Amino acid sequence: MSAPLVHGYEVVIGFETHAQLSTHSKIFSRASTAFGAEPNTQACAVDLALPGTLPVMNKGAVERAIQLGLALGSHIAERSIFARKNYFYPDLPKGYQISQFEIPVVQGGEVSFFLEMGQETVHKTVRLVRAHLEEDAGKSLHEDFIGQSGIDLNRAGTPLLEIVTEPDMRSSAEAVAYAKELHKIVTWIGICDGNMQEGSFRCDANVSVRKPGAPLGTRREIKNLNSFKFMQQAIDFEVRWQIEQIEDGHAIQQATVLFDPDTGETRAMRTKEDAADYRYFPDPDLPPLLISREWVARVQGDMAELPRVMAERFVRDYGLPEYDATQLTQSKAMAAYFETAAKACGQPKLASNWIMGEVSRRMNSGEVTLENIPVSSALLACLITRIADNTISNSAARQVFEALWSEAKASADADALTTIDALIDAKGLKQMNDTGALEALIDEVLAANPKNVEEFKAGNTKALNGLVGPIMKASKGKANPAQVNALLLKKLG
Amino acid sequence: MSDQALHQQSLVELRANLASKQLSATDVAQHFLQRAQADTHHAFLAFNEEATLAQAAAAQQRIDAGDTSPLLGLPIAHKDIFVTRDFPTTAGSRILERYRSPFDATVVQRLADAGMVTIGKLSCDEFAMGSANENIAVPASNPQAVTNPWDMSRIPGGSSGGSAAAVAARLAPAATGTDTGGSIRQPAAFCGITGIKPTYGRASRYGMVAFASSLDQAGPMARSAEDCALLLSALCGPDPDRDSTSLNVATEDFSRLLRQPQGDKPLAKAGKDGGALKVGIPKEFFGDGLAQDVRSAIDAALKQLETLGAHLVPIALPRTELSIPVYYIIAPAEASSNLSRFDGVKFGHRAKDFTDLADMYEKTRSEGFGDEVKRRIMIGSYVLSHGYYDAYYLQAQKIRRMIADDFQTAFQQCDVIAGPVAPTVAWKLGDKSDDPLANYLADIFTLPASLAGLPGMSLPVGLGEANMPVGMQLMGNYLQEAQLLNVAHQFQLHTQHHLQTPGGAA
Repeated sequence: MSAPLVHGYEVVIGFETHAQLSTHSKIFSRASTAFGAEPNTQACAVDLALPGTLPVMNKGAVERAIQLGLALGSHIAERSIFARKNYFYPDLPKGYQISQFEIPVVQGGEVSFFLEMGQETVHKTVRLVRAHLEEDAGKSLHEDFIGQSGIDLNRAGTPLLEIVTEPDMRSSAEAVAYAKELHKIVTWIGICDGNMQEGSFRCDANVSVRKPGAPLGTRREIKNLNSFKFMQQAIDFEVRWQIEQIEDGHAIQQATVLFDPDTGETRAMRTKEDAADYRYFPDPDLPPLLISREWVARVQGDMAELPRVMAERFVRDYGLPEYDATQLTQSKAMAAYFETAAKACGQPKLASNWIMGEVSRRMNSGEVTLENIPVSSALLACLITRIADNTISNSAARQVFEALWSEAKASADADALTTIDALIDAKGLKQMNDTGALEALIDEVLAANPKNVEEFKAGNTKALNGLVGPIMKASKGKANPAQVNALLLKKLG
Repeated sequence: MSDQALHQQSLVELRANLASKQLSATDVAQHFLQRAQADTHHAFLAFNEEATLAQAAAAQQRIDAGDTSPLLGLPIAHKDIFVTRDFPTTAGSRILERYRSPFDATVVQRLADAGMVTIGKLSCDEFAMGSANENIAVPASNPQAVTNPWDMSRIPGGSSGGSAAAVAARLAPAATGTDTGGSIRQPAAFCGITGIKPTYGRASRYGMVAFASSLDQAGPMARSAEDCALLLSALCGPDPDRDSTSLNVATEDFSRLLRQPQGDKPLAKAGKDGGALKVGIPKEFFGDGLAQDVRSAIDAALKQLETLGAHLVPIALPRTELSIPVYYIIAPAEASSNLSRFDGVKFGHRAKDFTDLADMYEKTRSEGFGDEVKRRIMIGSYVLSHGYYDAYYLQAQKIRRMIADDFQTAFQQCDVIAGPVAPTVAWKLGDKSDDPLANYLADIFTLPASLAGLPGMSLPVGLGEANMPVGMQLMGNYLQEAQLLNVAHQFQLHTQHHLQTPGGAA
């Protein structure tokens, strides 16, 4: 299923994402990369571009690039080249940015994800062109100084991986899904903290529109999208704007635009006419970056299981549907929570249902993460155990879950079952498995509802529901609904 | 021993006198400081007497404690392209006139660790761009071209002109220089001293104000190959944490071959096969452009090498002429980018009055850079610009590779290569200052080894026109500095050219 057209136009989107790498020191110097220090306190002689200083490659940054390449099935270049991108700006201390131009370290690869389209869930793959290492610039601060600008070079030299896709996305929803998936991967493998507010994960979207089958339209690049919400708004606005322009008979000019969250609009920063000539050339201060197969193998050996590999394993080992497996591998913490619970209770599908249902719902509605979740995976496993062995019904289990969540009962994992059983007892939620007692209860309800009985006997099967409800109520939720149904049919049959 | 004699001594002689307590490190430092401060060649740009004497006192303490390090307590002066904590660093440019580095260049640090005492900072062409030391812009109030101690109406060569003049005039027994396209070898030749540029990557570039990163190399300049070998041993060494282009080869004792007794025919067994040293003579270095006086001096020196047991072998370096356009594309390209950091934002000169950012950049750089620097920034920006890159920069890189290959072919036939350093002796001040092309053409013999990253040295081989010194160039294969220095040393053991002194330096 392909993405819907917008007013008869196909939307084409490509992404460039700057992921700040989680190294302690900068890409070419030993200064710290920690966020939020006093201006210019984390800029050393190299970052300030003092005369005589030279760059020395941070191996940790290279290893993180290798990790991304391995995670996305890319080719890791055995030899890649650093180049200088020359331009003047006050927050660019050397007057050039060290980046990779002709031969990047990571080449090709792809990002796959599921996308909800109407009723369907579609599997989508976005191809990568490349990912290259580069240094970040400093920051210009224009607000706090009258008639002057402040320059903070703390960020100068922070390692970035710029991840570039083919123009493979066909809607803002696809674009956001791609960005979320990429965000998941970089945080999963730990190469980036993913903090979008602090600028650790910044996306530029190249957007164009065309009539189906026509060549690619002229693109405009929306810079620095730092939230998924703005990403969607910005692309949607940009698509509408471009279609209006074309419909009004105007050609689209290649341009770089910024999104203003206050107005919800994009506006052009600069057009192609004033695009700079960056005079790229190989940086003579840095020899070619050589990455041996052994180095790649070493990095691979140290890498955690990747989300898609883990999802495949969940399908294989736990018999989960692919959708469940993908959802449960949205984060390492989520996957670990699932796996512990599933192993402890031996009911992987039930565990999956609970995690994607109650657990996610409660997490989304509060300031709770899996790190400080009140219902530990051990507690959840015991709760599921009690459902599976028919001690409690699903609805009763929900009451226990609510109680656990709101009371935040601390309990050692070993005592989890005791905790659950105590709660079941205290609330009197134990399922009524005594057939005699249940039959007596059913008889009472049948006697009290002759009208329903008559209707059912006359052929109205829906009348049965009018009987089940009161029986469950009379049992205080403790009756097993399946058992109630069976007994009712027997008595009425 | 008289003061008169002190500044005529080589490093080796001075060290012996320090060891025997004939002299103290402070005596030596004070003597050279006085001479340097009375300098009439404008070789020095900065002094810091307090720092110099403190270093001398510290060195003397080490000597008194029995430290026998070969350079301990000996004076040196540094080309002003090396950043220094104790002295201003200008790179000869107005744009850095009041700059002070918070750290020492690795080369400066290594020589200080060896116990050397810094006399001061030496003039050079602005950002090491020039062959005459006429492109000097500091002090802005009164910039002075360095003069040649052999004839004050002539240039000392460049860009390490201050270094060469200081050693020739005996204002310092040794100096550091840097060589991008000949900036150690050519002024050494013009001033009658010995200098060596090691293999690219031997000496750390950390703390050298960058001109052309893929070519810049530091090296020593002194009175003899023997002194240069001691200096080079201290100056070179891997610096992987600060310079990624620094070679991962261990420090080396470049004097080791010099100490072996070698008799009357020392070069008869100095070849790599154990036979006679084969000296390659590239015919391209002896064409019409070579002045007769220089040719005669070189020919005599080559005969001397034969007398010492060497065999002369004709070789070809067919792309010698191409090294000029190749160099004058690559070096300015790298320079245009390296000099972008001088923008008035963080350090160095900033224009006083400007209307906006672009105006600040324009005025700062217009005021801060001299004409030759601007010329090279423009050439460099041009050859890197979109649409021209392939035709100029990329093409130049390809030919650079071929030039390096030509040397490898040549070294299959010979052990070292010998020829002139420059086509003429030092010219008169102002003669070529309005003609950049004439300056560039004079670099023809030093550029090939620079482009190939090979070690090259210059040693005095006599006097030419107007009694000006002539230098012979020796080029070796990668990492063969010890061999070059030994050949030069054997030559100097049997000749007096390196002991000749300009009149003013007596």
